[in-house]
Amino acid sequence: MNPDSTIVTDVVCPLCGSLCDDITVRIENGKIVEVRDACDMGESKILGHDRIKSPMIREKGELKEVSYEKAVKKSAEILAKSKRPLLYGWSSTTCEAHEKGIKLAAEVGGIVDNTATVCHGPSVIAIQTVGLPSCTLGQIKNRADLIVYWGSNQSQAHPRHMSRYSSFIRGFFREEGRKAKYVVVIDVRDTTTTNVADEFIKVEPGHDYKLLSALRAVLADKADVLPDDVGGVPKDAIMNLAERMKKAEFGVIFFGMGLTQSRSRYNNVVNAIALTRELNQFTKFVIMPMRGHYNVTGFGQVLTWETGYPYAVDLSRGYAWYNPGETTSTDVLNRGECDSALIIASDPGAHFPGKSLKHLSKIPVIQVDPYHNPTTEFADVVIPSAVAGIEAEGCAYRMDNVPIMVRKLIDSEYKSDEEIIDDVLNKVMEIRGGK
Amino acid sequence: MNMAGGTVVIKSNIKLVTGRLIEQGVLLEDKMSEAYRDVVAVCEMNGKDMNEYNVKSNVRVKSEFGEVVVKAKRNDENPPSMVFIPMGPWANAVIGPNTGGCGMPQFKGIDVEVKATKDKVLIVEDLMKTYMGGVD
Repeated sequence: MNPDSTIVTDVVCPLCGSLCDDITVRIENGKIVEVRDACDMGESKILGHDRIKSPMIREKGELKEVSYEKAVKKSAEILAKSKRPLLYGWSSTTCEAHEKGIKLAAEVGGIVDNTATVCHGPSVIAIQTVGLPSCTLGQIKNRADLIVYWGSNQSQAHPRHMSRYSSFIRGFFREEGRKAKYVVVIDVRDTTTTNVADEFIKVEPGHDYKLLSALRAVLADKADVLPDDVGGVPKDAIMNLAERMKKAEFGVIFFGMGLTQSRSRYNNVVNAIALTRELNQFTKFVIMPMRGHYNVTGFGQVLTWETGYPYAVDLSRGYAWYNPGETTSTDVLNRGECDSALIIASDPGAHFPGKSLKHLSKIPVIQVDPYHNPTTEFADVVIPSAVAGIEAEGCAYRMDNVPIMVRKLIDSEYKSDEEIIDDVLNKVMEIRGGK
Repeated sequence: MNMAGGTVVIKSNIKLVTGRLIEQGVLLEDKMSEAYRDVVAVCEMNGKDMNEYNVKSNVRVKSEFGEVVVKAKRNDENPPSMVFIPMGPWANAVIGPNTGGCGMPQFKGIDVEVKATKDKVLIVEDLMKTYMGGVD
């Protein structure tokens, strides 16, 4: 081994909501040269690749390199004169940056929203409506004997979740690991997750709500009202699953976009939570959303303790106004309402519908990100940042709401998201002269 | 304009589902690359559907909200009459913008038409240009 190598153990992976904290990284000459134990997605992010080199401002259609100070000043000018700016993203950066971002949104009277809006936003609405019988991933690892993945393709979206927290891991009361657990996948198609399940229940697209209601009917001793087939699932399979759920010692439903993005959206989640709650009349059962970005959960925490609401908060009135459907980013863009946007630690260019992007193309856009991505194509000001969790430290929340500090592994020539947002905030306050 | 807010009525029994792929996740921070386009500008179809629509290479996927050309890829684990495009810029050209009053666009279960085409897959820069200028 190179004598200049430094090995860093117990690195926290800043990619998905699993926040795996057992990664080993080898550093040589200030660069990460090897990543061990991460999944392919985590390894790719930690190793990194070509960065945005310099701050840029768009002039006559072309992005031109400028000084950091000039890019910050231009960003502040755009935000200070906007009547209804949108400050969107936040899910791939630290809670410390979130705090600054919410201050900036309050200062400019903007709408502040994160990627939950196109991910587990409907889950957040459902959880506010009926609560969430849940627990930590550690409890699931040590106790669960029935694991249900519903509309969640674990092996593609959270590759190490099954081996670290759910299906495969040996736990205190589950010493035999995978053998001690029964794994059910409910999805609209075969996936690499269904391939490692004990049972795959194929539901027709958009029929999850009916299937959840059917399971609840069986629990309520009303199985006689069920037709022979619900959403493509035979009655026998529904009866068997309900029985299996009742008899489990500790069951868990992990759910994903299959519930939040298909027909009925948050009502699917309300129904899934109601099912979980009712199962607790028979045994111990919990439910957990499979959160995507590594700190999407953290933004919900910070925004809630700052404003009282978990996402899509409009601060233009001088107090917090929260109304999903009105204050959610895609709706604000689809209505052509916001007159500028600051995009940080996310990529709506790649993940918003075309209609929303049409409005984004018409307004001044400020992008803070380490990498060139489709959002850069819309950006009028670009400020490259250090990669949070690799080049900057801070707090992140795992999908089960456990806070974990992500670490700084190497130095960066770029400022952190937190520092950049603070610089923009100070400049805005200077321009507005304390107004 | 129809009830769903689109402008074109799609008569089809094919449903589009979008979602994650690990290869898409690996290239999450490298979206301007050719590798990302190779992985994400793809429509997974059952072999039966590919035969029925005489699909060899590229397909034009059209919904009431838009259309996009992507590369067809056989995946028999996908049931017939359901096609899958990984989440990302190409899928977003055809998914529905309506949020049903809860902020969430229609990313899954969109009615689409699928036709074989010799047209090329747009690079991401050109795809983004299709949203610039013009009317909403």
